[in-house]
Parts: sequence; structure tokens; C-alpha cells
Amino acid sequence: MKAAFAPSLRYYRRKLTGGLMLTLSALSAVVALIPLLLIFFYTISQGFDYLNLDFFIKMPKPVGEMGGGMANAIVGTLVLVATGSVIGLPIGILTGIYLAEFGHNKFASTVRFMTEVLSGVPSIVAGVVAYGFVVIPMRHFSALAGGVALAVLMIPTVTRTTEEMIRLVPQSYREAGLALGIPQWKTTIQIVLRTAFRGIVTGILLAVARIAGETAPLLFTALGNRFWSTALDQPMASLTAFIYDYAKSPFEDWNKQAWTAALVLIILISILSLLLRVATRSRYTQR
Amino acid sequence: MSIEILERNMPDTASASRVSSYGDVKMHARNVSAFFGKLQALHDVSLDVAANGVLAIIGPSGCGKSTFLRCLNRMHEVAGGTVSGTVLLDGEDIYQTDAVLVRKRVGMVFQKPNPFPTMSIFDNVAIGLRLNGGVPRNQLKETVERSLKQAALWDEVKDTLDKSGVSLSGGQQQRLCIARTLAVNPEVILMDEPASALDPIATAKIEELIYELKRDYTIVIVTHNMQQAARVSDRTAFLYLGRLVEFDDTKKIFTNPSKKQTEEYITGRFG
Amino acid sequence: MLVETPEGEISPAVGASRGVTSRASALKASPKRNLGDVVFKYTTLVFAVVVLFLILLMAYEMYADSKPSILKFGWGFLTGTTWDPVQENYGALPFVFGTIVSSFLALLIALPLSLGIAVFLSEMAPSWLERPLSFLIELLAGIPSIVYGLWGIFVLVPWVRTSIEPLLSGHLGFLPIFRGAPYGFGMLAAGLILFVMILPIVASISRDVLKAVPQSQREASLAIGATKWESIRLILKDAKSGILGACLLGLGRAIGETMAVTMVIGNTPAISASLFDPGYTMASVIANEFTEATTSMHISALFEIALLLFLITIIVNMFARLLVWSATRRKL
Repeated sequence: MKAAFAPSLRYYRRKLTGGLMLTLSALSAVVALIPLLLIFFYTISQGFDYLNLDFFIKMPKPVGEMGGGMANAIVGTLVLVATGSVIGLPIGILTGIYLAEFGHNKFASTVRFMTEVLSGVPSIVAGVVAYGFVVIPMRHFSALAGGVALAVLMIPTVTRTTEEMIRLVPQSYREAGLALGIPQWKTTIQIVLRTAFRGIVTGILLAVARIAGETAPLLFTALGNRFWSTALDQPMASLTAFIYDYAKSPFEDWNKQAWTAALVLIILISILSLLLRVATRSRYTQR
Repeated sequence: MSIEILERNMPDTASASRVSSYGDVKMHARNVSAFFGKLQALHDVSLDVAANGVLAIIGPSGCGKSTFLRCLNRMHEVAGGTVSGTVLLDGEDIYQTDAVLVRKRVGMVFQKPNPFPTMSIFDNVAIGLRLNGGVPRNQLKETVERSLKQAALWDEVKDTLDKSGVSLSGGQQQRLCIARTLAVNPEVILMDEPASALDPIATAKIEELIYELKRDYTIVIVTHNMQQAARVSDRTAFLYLGRLVEFDDTKKIFTNPSKKQTEEYITGRFG
Repeated sequence: MLVETPEGEISPAVGASRGVTSRASALKASPKRNLGDVVFKYTTLVFAVVVLFLILLMAYEMYADSKPSILKFGWGFLTGTTWDPVQENYGALPFVFGTIVSSFLALLIALPLSLGIAVFLSEMAPSWLERPLSFLIELLAGIPSIVYGLWGIFVLVPWVRTSIEPLLSGHLGFLPIFRGAPYGFGMLAAGLILFVMILPIVASISRDVLKAVPQSQREASLAIGATKWESIRLILKDAKSGILGACLLGLGRAIGETMAVTMVIGNTPAISASLFDPGYTMASVIANEFTEATTSMHISALFEIALLLFLITIIVNMFARLLVWSATRRKL
């Protein structure tokens, strides 16, 4: 007689175990979403109350008084991000270009390795470093110091993404340019970089979104400021520093404002991420 | 059909279930169509796979040979495809049974050897038995040895069973995969272009192996190499663009094919 | 040039293909170099030098500023348990302890969940589900740590204090790790918030590692009659080193995390067996005391902790990237 499809006891046990494990895996994915939903829910529900025009245009009120806004903090975050970008982006992009175009020697390998090392640096350490570099010589806290700390955090990401994106450009594009008699450096800028542009922009937006949400590196560099200031050599307010101060405080009014600031911060970062999605999507539809 | 009656007359021993006389139908495919989403790769293919023989499936690239093979052990659906029609193994519909049980009886050797890299040679062969479980250690060793001997690999690896499965040459890896398949004691062995990634010497060894194995197993081999099909198989099926064009004894297909298309393919006018 | 690889296949020599993609250096033909090329090369080179210089300067600066503390306390800094700015006696063990315990606790909880998620996304979910789900999970990684901290103070800690800790205390209170009064703020809360923060990292990288395992492996195991789960188990075995790398990357993130932890851990330099008790991490003490430190020795001690943190995260991240890199490159 032929061997029929006769399932054994062991077979049923294997099936049962398998089914159980697969169910648990699916459940994990669901469980992972719970904190995400909770955080969004609380931020929106708690932060919504104070999300009004006042928040954006009024200055913070003195301790104990209700109301006020975080105009200086919003502007402060933008200034700090801009400062950090002005310092960090050129360094990151140009280093990335160097590594991609000329990076086949020991020196380049060292730089690459060091960039990897830098990417593992915790944000608080970046703040400590900026303290030593800028705050100590200047003898006071400043937005510039904050910008430097943020730049330190941006550089590794931007370098790595730029290098990767340039490497992705096929050699044939480069050869086509050279064959037309265009000098190498022009080929790199006008052809290779233009092709890699969208990818590089993605890297930039990622880095900018990240530093917009940073707090630790600003704690003892830009410090914080309850007054209006856009001067780079003075302490600077930021949304993140405000969230920290207000969250720790015993005043319920301040606690609520902290939630609103968190909501505004998340909206800001979401806008950046959305820009990112748009930038990457159009890259694909063009092909 | 009278397949079931024929089979029931065979004595009830393990080896006897494999050694049926040539001509008995082991697997029967009827109106098999296969789809990748909306794309239809096979159109109403019907044929019989005779027990203890070698069936070769030939045809130009993209004609659906591998797809058809995968319908015989329910691997087509692993890549997300769908199958319609009937496939019987000893009279039972394999699509009405759990795929895991089907694949125990219908084994497969792939085009590119795929031994498990994190396992030793011994473990690679033993994995099927371990999964099905309840096999004592000495029986495990016996079965591994037997399978490696059947796959003509034992002499080359008997002293190095602990080495990684991927430390062998391409031809050896493929024989290891064959040993792995043999270890679970299947009745049918499906081979998807088993020698196409190998050099001529390794290929010859595989073909020799097929000739030895057909005594105890039913073999279906997909090949793009017509000479190979002529060498090893008893019957041949010619597929073109997902349709079965001709299905007959190998000798007839290669010397006096009935269909013009078959003749044109055989003589190299296309494909 | 063709060579025979150990697997018995004939393929072009690896070096040859590498030569083709060497960019500018391979294509300089004319002896009279274009001025533009030279300027371009050296401009970008300058910035690369700046980066290298930056890192070296960073390391030097941290070392120099922590020197007074290193000289005064030596190895005792790492084993000392008193952190007393008044007496100028600094021992960093409580912070090292706090960092290690909170990070490992987070990883302990994150690992099984991350594996489940990775398996689901890579092996089970259909693509219409996998992509949005992956996106949502990666969204967790984009939430700023201060927002986690805020949520931690007002949502997580009360929940821990009123639900989790009483539950653990009630059923498992005999264990030293669950002893003590439920404050809410403490090591447990820190571990939990870190777990949520590193979950997306460990999960998405593990998912990538699993996806990099060639499909032929799955087919091989299914073809000999393995069930889907058994086939996945074999894939997991294959991806072991890559998953370890993912864990290390998560660990690295947890070790360096500052704000969220500072806001929920209680900030008390104590070494305690109980998870209910408050603690302190290296990053937190720097965050809290840096602006208040008045003496140079105090600052120096904080710099030393920063240096320590710097070194630990570098080592962990190096190992992690090595493992993940080799695991995801194999598909190519």
C-alpha cells in the first residue's frame, strides 16, 4: 500500500507550536503601535487646549502668571537649527563628496571610520564638547555654542548619506560627461550631484528633523532664554528647553504649555518628514 | 481512473511502496493552470508521472517548466502564486491536504544548491528528520550515512561531517542537497535544472545519480539542456508558452516527434 | 580575468570589478590637470580634514578637561560610590550602574518584541500591510526624546506607580528587584521608556537583516516539509549575528539617552537591587549638574563621565555596525 497522507501526533504538535508563535509575532506588531498611539493621543489632547495664536506670538509670562506664549522659543528653535545647519551642512556635504569622489586611500578610510565613530556620540556629549569649544572661550552661553553642538550631531548623518547617494550614481553618467569634454569637476557638480540631489536632500532633511528635536546638547550651550533674543552670542530659547523647564515645574499651567510646545514640535518635525516623503516620491515617479 | 486499484495490490512494505512497476501512475496532473497574480503562466497542462521513471520537462526559457514543477509540491504558492486544476499523488489531491505533508512525500532539488550555511554537513542531511522528530540518535546517523551514500557523496565527506555545508564545491553542495532530500524518504523527487549551475564533470555525476535513483524513486526533472533530457529520461514533456505541446516516450520525442513545434525546438530552430 | 571560487564556480576576479568603479583617480588622463579639478579636489579635502580634526579635537578636549579628575581619583572614579560635590569626592559607580541597568532592562524587554515584529514584517505580512506598518514603527524613532520624557512624567510614571508596581509587588514582591514602595519614578520607569525608544531601532534593523537572507534558504527548508514557523526559525538562526548587531545599536542608543531618562528616573545616585528605587545615569548627571557645577573639579569630574560615556558608546556602536553591515551585505 502506498504511504498515504497520514498526519502523526508530532505533526499536530508542530503545527500548533508554529501557529502559536506566528500569532505572537503578529501580536508584537500590534503591541508596538500602542505606545505610538498613546503618545500621539496624549500630546494632541493635552496640547490642543493652548494651541492658539497667543502661543505663537506672545512671550512667556513671568513665573506664576497664567498665559503667555512661546514666540521666542519657536523662533529660537528655528535660529538654532539654522545655525547648526549653516555650520554642519557644508562640512557634511563636502566631506561626503570628497569621500565619494576621491576616497580610495588610507586617509579617506580614516575619515570614514571617524565619521562612523562620530555618529555614535550621544547628544549630551556633543553639548559637553561645544561647551568646551565655545562657551568656555566666550565665557558665556550662546546660541552659537548651541549651533555648534547641533552641527556636531548633523555632520555624520549628512556625510554618510551624501557619500552613499553619490556612489549610487552610475559610472556611465560620469563617463558620458567626460566623453563630451566636460572637465571632471564640472561633471561632478553638474551631472553627478544633480542626479544625486534628491537623495542628498533626503539626508539633509533627516538630519535637520533630528536636531530640531534635540534638548540635551542645548542645556549648557544655548541654555535658554525667557526673553526675546535672536543674537547669536547670547543664550537662546528653544522649544525643547522650554518643554523641559515647564514639564519639571510644579505649575499646572506650565505643564499644559509644555504639552502644547511638544505638539508644535511634533508638527514641525512632521512637516519636515512630509517634505522628505514628497522629495523621495517624486524621485521615483520621474523614472 | 483505476490508479487506486492498481496501487492497492502492492505488498505493504516501505520499499515496496516505491518499487512499483514502471507504467503505474504516481502523480497525475489534470488541467493545471498557474497564475502569478493576474498573469497566467500555465494553461491547462495535463500529464501523468509514471512511477519509478524519469520524466523530463523541456522547453525554451519562460515556458513555465519550473512553474509546473513547483505546482507538483505546492511550492508555487510560496512565492504568492495561485494554482487551479487537480494534482493527484497516488490518487489523492495534494491541494486538499496540508502542504507540509505533501512536501514530505514530494521532495525538491533546486537549480542553485542551497545547503543551510549555519549547519554542518551532518546537520544539513539530518534536518528533515529532526523536524519530523522522534528519531533516536543512532537511527539518525544511519539515515544520514545512507542518504549520503545514495547521493554518491559519502566517500568524499565521511571524515568531515562536522564541516559547514557551504565549505563544499558546487557539485558537492548539490549532492548534499540531494542527500538532504533523500533523508526524509520521499516518493517523488522534483529537480529544477539541478546541474545548470555546475561544471560538466559535476553534471555527469548528477546524471549518473539520477539513473541510480530512479530504481527507488519517481523523478521529474526540468532541464533546458535537451541532450541531458535525452540521456536521463524515459518520458519527456515539451512545454511552450505555458502550454503542453507534446508528451511522449523520450525516444519518440527526440527521433520522431508528432508536433511540428516540438521538431523545431529539438532541432534548434528556436528557443 | 576568470578565477575559480571555492564554490567551484567561474567568475571574474573581484579586484577587476572594483577597479572599474574607482572614480576620479582612474580617469585622469591628461597630464595638464585642469585648474578647476585641483581646486575642487582640495576644497573638498579641506572639509574632510576638518571632520577628522574635529573628532580628534573633541577627544582631546574631553580628555584635557577631565584630566584633573582622572589624576585625583584614578581608577577609584569608576569604583567609588559617593558623589559629593561639597566634599569634592567623586565616584561614578552609581551612574555607571544606572546606565547599565536601565539600558539592559530596556533591551531585555525590547528583544523578544522586536523579533516578533521583525518576523511579522519580513516573513508574514503582505506588502500592502508591511510598508505602512514599518513606517508607523519607524515613526516611533522620530519622536524627540523630550516628548518621550514629557509623556513619561505625566502618563507612564503615574501608570507605573498605580498599576505596574503594585501588581509586581503583589505577586512577585519577594524578589529583591521588586521590593520597596512604588514611587513611579525610578529604574523601572526608565527601563520602560528606554524600551519604547529603542524598540523601533532593534525591530527595523532586525527586519532588514531577515529580509537580506536569500529566498533560496526559505525554499530549501519548506521543500523538505518544514512548517512555516520551522522555516522562520532556520532563517532566524541564519540572521543571528545581524540581529545581535541590531540589539547593540539599540543598546548604544539607550546608553546615550538623556532627556527621557532624566525625567523619569528620579535622579538619585544610589545603587539599589530594587527596580522600584530611583537611580541616576551618566547622561542624566551631566544634564543636571553641568550648569550648576561651581568648582573646576566638579566640572572636571563631569567631563570625565562624558568621556566615559563617549568611549562606551563608540565601542558598542562599532561592534554593532560591523555585525549589521556584514549581515545586510550578503544579499548582494
